[in-house]
Amino acid sequence: MSDRLAVRKTYKLYVNGAFPRSESGRSYEVTDAKGHFLANAAWASRKDARDAVVAARGAFAKWSGATAYNRGQVLYRVAEVMEGRAPQFTEEVAAGEGLSTSRARAAVDAAIDRWVWYAGWTDKLAAVLGGANPVAGPYFDFSLPEPTGVVAVLAPQQSSLLGLASVLAPVLAGGNTAVVVTSRERPLPAVTLGEVLATSDVPAGVVNLLTGDAAELGPWLAEHADVDAIDLTGAPVRLRLELERSAAGTVKRVVRAPETEPDWAADPGLSRLTPFLETKTVWHPMGV
Amino acid sequence: MTSTTRTDPTPPSPFQYAPAPESRSIVDIAPSYGLFVDGEFVDGTGEAFKSVNPATEEVLTEVAAGSEADVDRAVKAARRAFTRVWGPLRPADRGKYLFRIARILQERAREFAVLESLDNGKPIRESRDVDVPLAAAHFFYHAGWADKLDWAGLGPGPRPLGVAGQVIPWNFPLLMLAWKVAPAMATGNTVVLKPAETTPLTALLFAEVCRQADLPPGVVNIVTGAGDTGRAVVEHDDVDKVAFTGSTEVGRSIARAVAGTRKKLTLELGGKAANIVFDDAPIDQAVEGIVQGIFFNQGHVCCAGSRLLVQESVHDEVVASLQRRIGTLRIGDPLDKNTDIGAINSAEQLARIRELSEVGEAEGASRWQPACDLPARGYWFPPTVFTDVSPAHRIARDEIFGPVLSVLTFRTPDEAVAKANNTTYGLSAGIWTEKGSRILKIADQLRAGVVWANTFNKFDPTSPFGGYKQSGYGREGGRHGLAAYLKGAAE
Repeated sequence: MSDRLAVRKTYKLYVNGAFPRSESGRSYEVTDAKGHFLANAAWASRKDARDAVVAARGAFAKWSGATAYNRGQVLYRVAEVMEGRAPQFTEEVAAGEGLSTSRARAAVDAAIDRWVWYAGWTDKLAAVLGGANPVAGPYFDFSLPEPTGVVAVLAPQQSSLLGLASVLAPVLAGGNTAVVVTSRERPLPAVTLGEVLATSDVPAGVVNLLTGDAAELGPWLAEHADVDAIDLTGAPVRLRLELERSAAGTVKRVVRAPETEPDWAADPGLSRLTPFLETKTVWHPMGV
Repeated sequence: MTSTTRTDPTPPSPFQYAPAPESRSIVDIAPSYGLFVDGEFVDGTGEAFKSVNPATEEVLTEVAAGSEADVDRAVKAARRAFTRVWGPLRPADRGKYLFRIARILQERAREFAVLESLDNGKPIRESRDVDVPLAAAHFFYHAGWADKLDWAGLGPGPRPLGVAGQVIPWNFPLLMLAWKVAPAMATGNTVVLKPAETTPLTALLFAEVCRQADLPPGVVNIVTGAGDTGRAVVEHDDVDKVAFTGSTEVGRSIARAVAGTRKKLTLELGGKAANIVFDDAPIDQAVEGIVQGIFFNQGHVCCAGSRLLVQESVHDEVVASLQRRIGTLRIGDPLDKNTDIGAINSAEQLARIRELSEVGEAEGASRWQPACDLPARGYWFPPTVFTDVSPAHRIARDEIFGPVLSVLTFRTPDEAVAKANNTTYGLSAGIWTEKGSRILKIADQLRAGVVWANTFNKFDPTSPFGGYKQSGYGREGGRHGLAAYLKGAAE
C-alpha cells in the first residue's frame, strides 16, 4: 500500500453519450452498506429524465436499424470492456451491497456473462420468434420481431450490477433504446457501467442512466408520451399501481414488478426480451 | 331498397341490376334472448335491450343485459368448468371439440351470414365470403394446436391461465368471437365473452353451436349487455385474462382497471392506417386496393386504410380513377348479393361519421361523394373522399371508423414513411409499388403491426394480427396469438 492520496471519481449521469451533472444541480450522498460515505451521486430531475427520453428517441432509428450482427458485437464489446474493469465493479458492488469480495466478484462475473448471453441473441430472435405464415391464399406472409421503441427501466434496487445488466441488456438486444433509473441507494456500479457503454461503441443516446429516485422519476416516465414501454421492476411498492395506471394513458407495454426481487442469477429465458418486442406481419401477393 | 349509384364522367349504364336478395327465411330469430351461462340460456337480471337491423331500423329481438350478478354467475361457471372439466380434459379431446365447432360453423354458414348481415348491416357478400368462413377457419386452425402446444416454441410445458374475460366489438361480431374464443379454448382456458351491444345475435347463435357440439357446460359463457356488463367482466376478481378489441379510449380504461392485478391483458385497439401509393404502382390495382382498404365493411375496420398517401406526381390520376371506381359501388340492402356497401352499424356511429366529416370540411378539406340515392330508412353514409387534407386535420388523425378516406400527398419515400408514422396508432399500413426492394425497405420502416404490400385487408388464422403504439398490444392468430392465453409464455 502506498501512501498516495487517491484520486476520487465524480459520479455523474450518463445521457446522450455524455456525463452531465443533473441540470437541477442536486446530488445526494451514497454510502456503503455500513453507512460510510462513498460518493455524492447526481440526483436526476424530471428535466434530466425528459432529456434522456429525447436522447433515447433520437438514437432509436440508428440502433434499431443496425444489423443484428452489429448489435450483437456491440453488446459483446460491453462484456469485454466490463471484464477489464471487473476489479472496479467488484469493489463497488461489494461496498454497495455489503458483499464479500468473492461474492461480489461472482455477481460481476454473472453480469458480464449476461451481456454475452444477450449479445448472442440479437441475430437469432427473428428466426426463433418470427417465421412464414401458411395463409390460405396466394400470398407470401411472414412475421418478424421488431423493437418496441423507447423503454423506461426502473432498475432493481437491490442488485446494483447483475440486476441492472439483467434488465438492460435484453432491452438493447431487441433493438430498443433505454432510459434507466438506477438503484437509488446503490447507484455507483451503474455509473461505472455508463463509462463502459461510452467506450463500447454503443451509440450515444441508446442507453441513458439516471441516478436518483425511481419514486420521483417513475411517474414522469410512466406518463411520458414518447416512452413506449416501462419496466417497473425497481418501482417502490407503494407506487406500482399508480405507475401502471398512468402508463395505461398511452397504452404503454408494462412489465410489472415482481413481489420481491428475483434471483438474478437464474436463467431468464426469453422473459425479458419479448415484452419489448412487437410482431410485424407483412403480406405480399404471389403471382406472375 | 337498392340504390343505383353513378357519378360523372361515367355515363349511367343502360343495364340495371335486378334485385338479388338472399333469403332471410334461413334464420329464425326468437322474440327474446337470455344469457348463455353454464350451458343453459338463462334470464338476465339487467334491463333487456333491443337489437336493431341498422339497414331498416326494424327491431330484430330483445336481448337480456347481464348485471354484475349475472357476470359473477358466468365467471363461476367458467371457473368450475376450468377446474373440473376443461382443464383436466385430454388436449386431443379439447382439439376435437374445436374441430366440431368449426364444422358446425361451416354447416350453418349461410344462416350465420344472413343473421350477421341483418344484425350488423354488412353486405351479405362480405359476411358470406369473409366473416363466417374465416371464423370457421379460426376454430379449425386452433383445434390443431390444442395437443401441440409443447411445439409452439413458447417455453416448456405451457399451461392455461384459467378464466378469460373477453369483450368484442360490433364490426365483425362472429369473427371477433372466433379470434377470442378459439385460442382461449385451444390453450385450455374457459371463457366469459361479452358481445357488442348492437350485434349480439351471432354470438347467441354460436351458443347454440356449442350445445350442438356437446361442449361441456361453462367452457363458453356469453353475457350480453353494454359497457357496464363489459366492465363487470373485465373487473371481476376471478378472471385471469382480459382480452379486448375496440376503441383506444376504452382500451386505456381497461388497462387502468387491470393495473395492479395478476390479470394478463391483450388489447386490439384503433388505427389510422396509411395506404401508400408510389408513382410506379399499377394504378388500377392500387385503386381496387384503396377501395377494399377503406370501404370494406363500411370502413368499420380498425385496420382500415383511412389515410391515402399518394405520390404527388400521380395524385390527380389516382383520385380521378378512384372516383370513377367509387361511382360503380352499389350501396343498399345488405342482403342483396350485389351490394358493395351496407348500412352504418348504429345511429351513434353514423352521428360520429357525420360529425368528423363536417369537421373535415370546416378545417378546409374538400369533400367528394358520388351521386347516390340512400334508402329512406336505416343508417347510411355514402363512400366519401376528402382531398386537400393536411396532416394536422382531424380527419387525418382521428379514427373515423366509417367509409371516409382522407387523401394526402408525398414526394419522397422518406416523406411517405414520416407521414405514415405520424400517428399515435400503429395497427396496419399498405404499400403499392412494383419495386420489390422498395416494398421491403418501406415495410421495415413502418411502425405498424400488419403491412399489406400490393394488397389490403387480408386476414388469416395463421397470420398474427395486432398493433404497435396506441393500437394495443398482444397478437391474435398464429403461434404468437397463443402466448396471450398461456402462463409465462414468451411471445
